Amino acid sequence: MRRFLPALLLVLVGAAGERALKAGVFEPPRAAPEFSLTGSDGADLTLSRYRGKVVVLAFGFTSCPDVCPVTLGTLARARKELGAEGRELQIVYVTVDPERDDAERMRTYLASFDPSFVGGTGSPERLEAVRKEYGILAEKKAATAGYTVAHSSYTYLIDRDGKLRALMPYGRPSGDYVHDVRILLAQ
Amino acid sequence: MRRLFALAPAAAALGVVGWAAFAPIRSPSREEPFEIPKGTWERRMSGDPVEILPSEIHLTLGVRDVLLLRNLDDVPQVFGPTLMMPGQSFRLPFEVASSYQFACTAHISGQMTVIVEPMPESPWDRLRWRARALGRGD
Repeated sequence: MRRFLPALLLVLVGAAGERALKAGVFEPPRAAPEFSLTGSDGADLTLSRYRGKVVVLAFGFTSCPDVCPVTLGTLARARKELGAEGRELQIVYVTVDPERDDAERMRTYLASFDPSFVGGTGSPERLEAVRKEYGILAEKKAATAGYTVAHSSYTYLIDRDGKLRALMPYGRPSGDYVHDVRILLAQ
Repeated sequence: MRRLFALAPAAAALGVVGWAAFAPIRSPSREEPFEIPKGTWERRMSGDPVEILPSEIHLTLGVRDVLLLRNLDDVPQVFGPTLMMPGQSFRLPFEVASSYQFACTAHISGQMTVIVEPMPESPWDRLRWRARALGRGD
């Protein structure tokens, strides 16, 4: 019995971990759709580049007045709260506004939250294909200063193996991200 | 004796109201499940405007506070807040009472609202909660 106890505990802890995610969980998990975009760091941005890390994938635009600053601020705080484990977390932010968001603009914008964050941009067609794969809605709307883009506000959590594991609704505190990222890192 | 019989319905009604006000609210499961049935996509393609989800979903913390979506159809569907593959389910727990807006192509409005209410603590709140749940057919 003693020989089986550690294995049994691992199974139980694993099962508890599955249930304990604070984000919405996909069952069974599927591979996160791959994409190839222009990265704000000047390199090609693909998901496979971050295999082995936990990725939080967010969609938005640098002129976003409310949703994106809150989400990116929360993610920056979560990464700090994770301490050394934060190095194993990668934030990927894909624009829904390629007209204004080139790689340079995204790099400057994201660096104001956390220099490790990487943005992705590309042609409108390519970005639309990525949004379709992830069920992200984005709609251009007239605003007093030009236009704005109404977009889905949740983020995706992708595990070390590149599996789309969970969806975190907008507005959740940094502690929820820390909690879930720790569980995914431990698996 | 006849008077006692006449008073029985009133006493029973009072008993029901008393139970509804003071009995703790319990649920056999914390999950509120919704399913996209098999064949939904085909029905839509043939022009049938199938409504799968209510545009407003009510959850209560500690009673029913987990939204469970299942795609039993043969094609991927944007269901509630997310894109779900055939056979996939999505389980979203809520811990904070609030009103949550989700984009949802399952609705003509493109919006789905999840209203998460706190656990009713006072007798009056329990009574109102049970009356509303009865009205919604919960």
